[in-house]
Amino acid sequence: MTEEIIIAGFGGQGILSMGKIMAYSGVMQDMEVSWMPSYGPEMRGGTANVTVILSDEKISSPILRQFDTAIILNQQSLDKFEDSVKKGGIIIYDSHGIVRHPGRSDVSVYHVNAMEEAGKMNSPKTFNMIVLGAYLKIRPVLSLENVVKGLEKSLPERYHNLIPDNEKALKRGMETVSRIS
Amino acid sequence: MERELRLMKGNEAIAEAAIRAGTDGYFGYPITPQSEIVEYLMEAKPYETTGMVVLQAESEIAAINMVYGGAGCGKKVMTTSSSPGISLMQEGITYIAGAELPCLIDNIVRGGPGLGTIQPAQSDYFQSVKGGGHGDYHLIVLAPASVQEMADFVELGFDLAFRYRNPVMILSDGAIGQMMEKVYLNPQKERSGTVPEWATTGKPPDRERNIITSLELDSAKQELFNLKLIAKYDEIKEKEVRFEEFQCEDAEYLFVAYGTSARVCQKAVQLARNEGIRAGLLRPVTLFPFPEKQIERFAEKVKIIFSVEMSAGQMKEDVMLAAAGRVPVFHFGRMGGMVPTPEEVLDFLKSKITGD
Repeated sequence: MTEEIIIAGFGGQGILSMGKIMAYSGVMQDMEVSWMPSYGPEMRGGTANVTVILSDEKISSPILRQFDTAIILNQQSLDKFEDSVKKGGIIIYDSHGIVRHPGRSDVSVYHVNAMEEAGKMNSPKTFNMIVLGAYLKIRPVLSLENVVKGLEKSLPERYHNLIPDNEKALKRGMETVSRIS
Repeated sequence: MERELRLMKGNEAIAEAAIRAGTDGYFGYPITPQSEIVEYLMEAKPYETTGMVVLQAESEIAAINMVYGGAGCGKKVMTTSSSPGISLMQEGITYIAGAELPCLIDNIVRGGPGLGTIQPAQSDYFQSVKGGGHGDYHLIVLAPASVQEMADFVELGFDLAFRYRNPVMILSDGAIGQMMEKVYLNPQKERSGTVPEWATTGKPPDRERNIITSLELDSAKQELFNLKLIAKYDEIKEKEVRFEEFQCEDAEYLFVAYGTSARVCQKAVQLARNEGIRAGLLRPVTLFPFPEKQIERFAEKVKIIFSVEMSAGQMKEDVMLAAAGRVPVFHFGRMGGMVPTPEEVLDFLKSKITGD
């Protein structure tokens, strides 16, 4: 099994950390992992993206043009990466701020209202974990148990008190993700 | 030997491996995309545990000259930077090579020339393998293609540097510096207290004075020294060539690529094989010494060789020298901080197959 994922959106949405948690979770699950971020001006605002690869085999290229799954969190990223999803692949997106929705008919499109749900849960910072929950519901390549372990590894100890909130957010994402086409 | 599993960026792996290898001193100056190395070392505070000195110098020029001084005392010392910073260091590097001192220099390459871009490139190949500073000299150049090798080559680099009394460069790039992968780290080594017999740490009464210099005003003596250096480089060429082959046994088309480009080509080989095209990859692990004999051997067997690199075709010259006209050699690459995708490499391969 090899899963090639692009996560893209605004800088500050927790995109790089979401990828990092996936990578740590993959390590917890004895998988090979690679995490390749966009770096530089993106970190200071603008768009950010990260390529995460989870695999049972040694990973060849950490840099890809085609992905199994695209997790899209703003319009620019949808415009940039919609065509990079392999036929039969998956697009997961949050429609917040999206004016032109995904139009591909040869991929499965899923929607998660993460921004709104995070607001309802009164914890906007768990936004990215709602998105991750949505992904895991559709592609259960990582067990929830290992994701929680990944969170523990990836977060500094002083933030470990926030892990239960993050777990709740993961579950919220799993419950609220819906298929569009 | 129990190795510890971590998930790390390439830059962090270099820093942690440096501490664990028992390095005596690190001298550097921040520059994207390698600032995590300095940051990691500052946060890890190895001076409180192993006694390793970590110092942010006032410039790259100061940093390399601190390395020169530390190396002259027989210490295990290193610096890291990225392309523009490495250019500033060239004077110090040629002096270190001329004084035959061991040290480790990491270049996390970004696109150039000039300030260029902060994104990954491989455009410092000439500078790294052909000398870089003035005078007839070579660095030993290691080209890691994974975060694991970023860590492993610190210890290997120091071993080679001390074995040959020669500066060693780890030639990496922003992609491998910034990406995270699994890495198995060696246990902590103690810093070595032994002083090499050539080091200048004070003259005891029972031996001649040690002198560390790159100056010799007597031309006849300087030429003898040049010949000695050449003999050393020949020995390195004989003994230290390292490379990796991937699906080369029955290959009709051979990619030659190092570092990030090698990872991209590995995937391109898989994509090509899925379409029935017999492609293979030869990955130079050492760029100096270059695996010339291996490429020469493949030049007898394959139809086309491709030098795939994130530069304008710098390594292609060495591939062509090795192939010596036996087979067509093409360059494919991106520049300016752009990284080729496996599909692009495959498309280029196919365009040349239909063209022959």
